[in-house]
Amino acid sequence: MIESYIPLILMVTLGFLFAFVFLILSEWMGARRVTREKITTYESGMVPFRTARERFSVKFYLIAMSFIVFDIEVVFLYPWAVSFSSLDSVGFWAMIVFVIILFAGYYYELKKGGLQWD
Amino acid sequence: MGWLYFFFGILSVLAVASAIVTISSRNPVRSAFALIFHFFMLAGLYLTLNAQFVAVIQVLVYAGAIMVLVVFVIMLLNLSNEERLSEKFDVRKAIAITLGIAFIIQIIVAILIPNSFNSNLHQDSAVIGTAQFIGKSLFSNYLVPFEIVGILLISAIIGAIVLAKRKVE
Amino acid sequence: MNWSLLIIEFLIKAIIILTLILLIAAAFGVYLERKVSAWIQNRIGPNRVGPFGLLQPFADVIKLFLKEDITPSAADKLFHRIAPVISLGVALSVYAVIPFAEPFEMGNRTVYFALTTPDVNVGILFILALTSVGVYGITFAGWSSNNKYSLLGGLRSSAQMISYELSMGLSLVGVLLVAQSLSLQEIVQKQALWNWNVFYQPLAFLIFLVSAFAETNRAPFDLPEAEPELVGGYNTEYSGMKFGMFFLAEYANMFTSSLIIVLLFFGGWNLPIPAEWIGLEHGSFWLSLLQFFVLIIKTLFFVFFFIWVRWSVPRFRYDQLMYLGWKVLLPLALLNLIITSIVIYFLR
Repeated sequence: MIESYIPLILMVTLGFLFAFVFLILSEWMGARRVTREKITTYESGMVPFRTARERFSVKFYLIAMSFIVFDIEVVFLYPWAVSFSSLDSVGFWAMIVFVIILFAGYYYELKKGGLQWD
Repeated sequence: MGWLYFFFGILSVLAVASAIVTISSRNPVRSAFALIFHFFMLAGLYLTLNAQFVAVIQVLVYAGAIMVLVVFVIMLLNLSNEERLSEKFDVRKAIAITLGIAFIIQIIVAILIPNSFNSNLHQDSAVIGTAQFIGKSLFSNYLVPFEIVGILLISAIIGAIVLAKRKVE
Repeated sequence: MNWSLLIIEFLIKAIIILTLILLIAAAFGVYLERKVSAWIQNRIGPNRVGPFGLLQPFADVIKLFLKEDITPSAADKLFHRIAPVISLGVALSVYAVIPFAEPFEMGNRTVYFALTTPDVNVGILFILALTSVGVYGITFAGWSSNNKYSLLGGLRSSAQMISYELSMGLSLVGVLLVAQSLSLQEIVQKQALWNWNVFYQPLAFLIFLVSAFAETNRAPFDLPEAEPELVGGYNTEYSGMKFGMFFLAEYANMFTSSLIIVLLFFGGWNLPIPAEWIGLEHGSFWLSLLQFFVLIIKTLFFVFFFIWVRWSVPRFRYDQLMYLGWKVLLPLALLNLIITSIVIYFLR
């Protein structure tokens, strides 16, 4: 049984290895004539103005946080969905209650304008 | 079973190495990346235990969701190379080190006492690891913890909004 | 189990699959994109290299390899290198669990038209998990370049991808309720003949399709690389094959998405008529080969659809995109899931 995971692990390794070979080949085969202008940051032909390490909007943080919460909800839905035919009614209604609880959270976020992007 | 130990060896060495990089790196983005790598190795370790569903969820939730937030926060706070993390030795660090040493001693003792844990896989582990089995037990025997998770998640949403909205207005 | 035999089988399959992705998904995909866009815009398209310009993608790849590889001096050197590796590595790794046809008998053993056997029962989740990790390729590319356009493009892109991942995952639950399995092999087997999931789950299909467009950063969701405002988005500071790797990953992802849409909703490799009618029995090599071609043809139709949409529809604004993802698709997917489960529950 555990043998079946070996191709999985090998393919993931191979996939990244392949990408890594591309990287090495690119750095090895490419031309190399570095000038100062070439390696300055591109800013539409202007001289770069401050760095790009700026703080950015809290909205991205809120999106990522909402994503985690709902992603965990979805993760609970997968085992529920695939074992659906062998669940009794308690198992069925438990998930409906769970979804309603989280929908309340979604509704709260919606009303508070947490999903508003302006 | 030789190859099982082979994979276990590689995965666990890489897992420990990436964990060390996570806590020792001065650059927070590097730490986060090492942690993502560490979660991948953990997923591989779960696979050697036949826990395929847990392995995939490990990547999906930890590496794919929680670390996205961590990476966002690192970029949000703009903690780059220039702002090194503080190196002060305080009470929290002392407690952490004590607990860490206690944990290591526990592991060593557990290994030294013969038959204290069974290193063989459960004979039905291949069945137990599937999503179908987890669904069946989660939605019959573990209903209450499951609903409590729902409450916990909704409080997480509310907390996030309270924190984020205060800054916007 | 014979060790060396396992490894040899794996290597042969892996080489075939990697060649296939690079040839069909990347090379042919790029060629198709340029040709179709040319037809739509009343141009000729590539026609110089090889017959009908078919060798154009190979010329492009050679060009990309020989181009100068520039790393900006302000960039984080390590992550500037890691980012394209993550993108391409993830795009290639997902093929570990994708089956291409029914298994066939060879001698006394069963050969699977996939890298893993159906024992790996989490196929579709594995793909979702790896896709969610693919976000880092773009985030790190944007962050490490230390360029404002790159950072904004990378951020927009990762926020967009995580937003649509939710509706994608939720719409998938509808399919799982019908199929009762996470394994792609079984999901396809349940759709024999014309029992396609798209007829049972049309709403889930629509949500999945839209989310797939957003996940692959294809128009009308190509905000991360909106040229007028962000130059090249997250790959502004990339050149040579590092840029090519993002490009390759994008086309591989487009092909993968099409493949998954076909496997989940359009019957996968199932022939439209029973295999017995054309004198092939289950388990024979020729049937598997035929199924493989059926799958590829169905997939190429969706690749064409992706390209068709790109050259016909204007780009969204970012607030519209977030509105669609969070306020339309997410509740719709939840609704679809609830209705499906109630219908199945009361039909039982």
